[in-house]
Amino acid sequence: MLQLQHVSFAVNTDEGVKRIIDDVSLDLSERFVAFTGPNGGGKSTLAKLIMGLYRPTEGRIFLDGQDITDMSVTERAKAGICYGFQQPVRFKGITVHDLLNVAAGRTMTVAEACDCLAEVGLCARQYVNREIDANLSGGELKRIEIATVMARSATLTVFDEPEAGIDLWSFSNLISVFEDMYAKIKGTMLIISHQERILNIADRVVVLAAGKVERDGTKEEVLPSLLTATYCDRLKRV
Amino acid sequence: MKLDPVKMQLLKTIADLEAVPEGAYNVRDNGTLAGRNTTAHIDIVSKTDKPGIDIIVREGTKNERVDIPVLLTQTGLKDLVYNDFYIADGADVLIVAGCGIHNDGGELSQHDGVHTFHVGKNAHVKYVEKHYGEGEGTGERVLNPTTVIEIDEGGSLEMDTVQIKGVDSTYRKTSAVLAKDAKLLITEKIMTHGRQTATTDFYVKLGGDGSSAHVISRSVAKGQSHQQFLLSVDGDAACYGHTECDAIVLEGGTVSAVPKVNANNVDARLIHEAAIGKIAGDQLDKLMTLGLSEAEAEEMIINGFLK
Repeated sequence: MLQLQHVSFAVNTDEGVKRIIDDVSLDLSERFVAFTGPNGGGKSTLAKLIMGLYRPTEGRIFLDGQDITDMSVTERAKAGICYGFQQPVRFKGITVHDLLNVAAGRTMTVAEACDCLAEVGLCARQYVNREIDANLSGGELKRIEIATVMARSATLTVFDEPEAGIDLWSFSNLISVFEDMYAKIKGTMLIISHQERILNIADRVVVLAAGKVERDGTKEEVLPSLLTATYCDRLKRV
Repeated sequence: MKLDPVKMQLLKTIADLEAVPEGAYNVRDNGTLAGRNTTAHIDIVSKTDKPGIDIIVREGTKNERVDIPVLLTQTGLKDLVYNDFYIADGADVLIVAGCGIHNDGGELSQHDGVHTFHVGKNAHVKYVEKHYGEGEGTGERVLNPTTVIEIDEGGSLEMDTVQIKGVDSTYRKTSAVLAKDAKLLITEKIMTHGRQTATTDFYVKLGGDGSSAHVISRSVAKGQSHQQFLLSVDGDAACYGHTECDAIVLEGGTVSAVPKVNANNVDARLIHEAAIGKIAGDQLDKLMTLGLSEAEAEEMIINGFLK
């Protein structure tokens, strides 16, 4: 499915060149892969490199054997990659229904749009014609974001911290949304998360720290080590 | 009333009319009367002292519509018209105005309309106005609408004003005076391109206790066009005023907003918001992750913004 070959992403800072992603190679084909690790470890950058929002400074990225490194965001979207933003974007004048139509690549009926929203736990009729603007709460926006990603039916779906910016009540509902998605998805889903309950659904857990793969394995192999005192201490220090 | 296909197309663009409307109407075509109809509740009378009409909406009017479109296809014609609207106490009416200019010639075509609304006690008016220009000629298309609004106690007026495209220069002046418990809602949408200029000049006087006004302007300035948004609100009573200027600038377009809000009474609550800038990068990114090209994403954002 997705192959990263010696991918690096470096930026110039006042202190010289900083490698935010440092020679990462991964072959990802499981149904559900979770990326976790300390803040600033490079997780969001890696997700953006996969979607094409950033371009790697070294290395190549392949989707189903096709080199997509030089493809634009639009081309990657058409090739089957979709990306759920950590901070969903607001639009004045664009409705939830409009955005779902773009995601699906066709005009959805109201009933279809409502089904999409119901899957993320939104009482659909109240939302379908609402504008995606400042009148929606963080939790509502996040669910709409997830609904647009699901409507896309991509072969590779990347979520950047879906739990960020939502309250505890919405969070427990969100977990059930992802549990349902796990049962339904046809391709591969990559999720960046700090939440144990999300990591628990994953087939594979990759720990990124200081731009490198620190640990990589099944949740049974990786999760216990994440909960050790040393690791927790390090998280605090970061 | 017979209109050629160019004029019928203009009529459809500015008033969504495919045929002669059923209710009251007055169609002005190249400075002359092309057709008129009145109803039991709504009368339209030509002025005798100057060009224009009086539109009289009588008591008991409910859910009626008046169409007063203006069509201008003759290059070099400068048209000035005064239309006065008298809305009786308690009446409820939809007024659809608008001007379409088709200028294929080399001379300036201009329409200046002065519309004055006298809105009676507890009356409600919805006023829709669209301005549009087209044509292959080099002659400028100029529209200068002036709207004067007086709303009596408990009355309300909603004004939707849109300048779609093709107007080279416009000076849009709107002033309103509100009595006790009167309400005003103005929504303005403007798009300019090329070397066009647009100035919007609003003045609202909140004169009565309980009066309120919302003025919302959304605009897009493309090419080398320039827009200016002038606004002045006087809060003279225990009133509420909210004004908002939201603009997207693209390419070399420029926009300036000059708000002035005056709380002349300790119980006046006035809010002004202004946001001007280019399209946010994350908005383009989001739509591109859903498969749109950058140009398609930009178009969708602008169409939504001006919807």
